[in-house]
Amino acid sequence: MERHFIVRGMAVGAIGGLLAFLFARIFAEPQIQKAIDYESGRHTAQSALDKAAGLAVEHEHAEPFSRAFQGNVGIGVGIIAFGIAMGALYAVAYALACGRTGKVRPRTLALLVAGGGFLALYLIPFAKYPANPPAIGHEDTIRERSGLYLLMVGISIVVLVAGAWLGQRLQARFGTWNATLLAVLACAVVLGAVMLVLPSFGELSANVEAYGHHATETPLPLRDAQGRIVYPGFPADTLFAFRFFSVAAQAVLWGTIGLCFAPLAERLLGPRPDTNAAPATV
Amino acid sequence: MSTSTTLDGARTGSTPVVLGGTRAALWLFGTVLLGVALYYFIGIDQGATSVFGNDTHVHEFVHDARHFLGFPCH
Ligand SMILES: [Zn+2]
Repeated sequence: MERHFIVRGMAVGAIGGLLAFLFARIFAEPQIQKAIDYESGRHTAQSALDKAAGLAVEHEHAEPFSRAFQGNVGIGVGIIAFGIAMGALYAVAYALACGRTGKVRPRTLALLVAGGGFLALYLIPFAKYPANPPAIGHEDTIRERSGLYLLMVGISIVVLVAGAWLGQRLQARFGTWNATLLAVLACAVVLGAVMLVLPSFGELSANVEAYGHHATETPLPLRDAQGRIVYPGFPADTLFAFRFFSVAAQAVLWGTIGLCFAPLAERLLGPRPDTNAAPATV
Repeated sequence: MSTSTTLDGARTGSTPVVLGGTRAALWLFGTVLLGVALYYFIGIDQGATSVFGNDTHVHEFVHDARHFLGFPCH
C-alpha cells in the first residue's frame, strides 16, 4: 500500500512542479531579470565610485551557465525536482496521517495534508524569511541565513504536527470546530513567539557591523562621498511582485498535489461504490 | 486542520490506518531520505554547505529556482 502512495505522490508532485514552473517562467523570470539588471547597474555605479576614490575595482567573474539556460532549463529542472521531492514527502505524511486524524474522508485528508505542507514547508517560513530575488543578500551571511531558514522550516513542521495532535486530544471535550480553532490558536501563538525571538537577516552581526541596523538585506541606495544618492535602493515593486509570484507558485504546486492526489486516495482507500464490501483492506 | 468530518454519513469513508510492519517503515524512510536529499540539492547545496566541494555548478544550475522557491541564495 505504501508504495501506491509514494508512486502517486511523486507523480502528482511532478505535475504540480511542472505547472509551478510554467507559472514561474511566465511571471517570475521577468522579475528575476529586473533584479539582475538592478544588480549589474549598481555594480557599475559602485565601480565608478571606487575608481573615483582610487580603490581597486572588482571584476565580475564568469558564470558556468548562461542566463538563458538558468532562466529556462535550470529553473524548470529545479522546480519540477522540488515538486517531486514535495510529492514524496507529502505521500509519506499522508500515509502516516491515515487513520490517525479522526473521521476524515480520504480526499478531504488529501487537501488537509497538502495545506499543511504548503504552510509548514513554505508559507510559515516565508512569513519570517521571505523569498528574495537575486541582488538581495550578502555573501558573508549565507550560512546563517540558510541555518535560520531551515530552523524555521523545521519548527513549522514540528508545531503543525503538534497542533494536529492537540486538536485530536481536544476534540472529545470541545467538539471538532472548537478543538480545531483552539489548535490553530495554539500554533499561531507558538509560531508568533518563535518569529519574535529569531533574528531578522538584517540584524545578523556581519550586517550590523557593515551596514548598521536594518530589518533586511535589501540593498539601500548607493551614496557618494558627499552622501548624495547615485544609485537607488532595490525597487520595491520588483520585490513585491517577485514575492507575490513566489507564494502563488507554491500555492499552484501544493494545490495541484492536493487536488490530484484526492481522487487517487479516494480510489485507493474509499468504499467501493459497486459492492457492499468493507473498505479496501490492505 | 486535522479534524474535519464528512456530512456524508452513508458513505463515511474515514481513512483507515494503512501502515504496518517493517517493510512499510523502510519504504517510508527511504522516501523521506529521497525527498530530503532533493530538497537539499535544490535549496541548500553549494550555498552554506557543499557536498561536491568548492564548486558552484549545482547552485548556478538551479539558481533561479532556488530564489523563487524561497531559499536563501548568494
Ligand atoms: Zn542567487
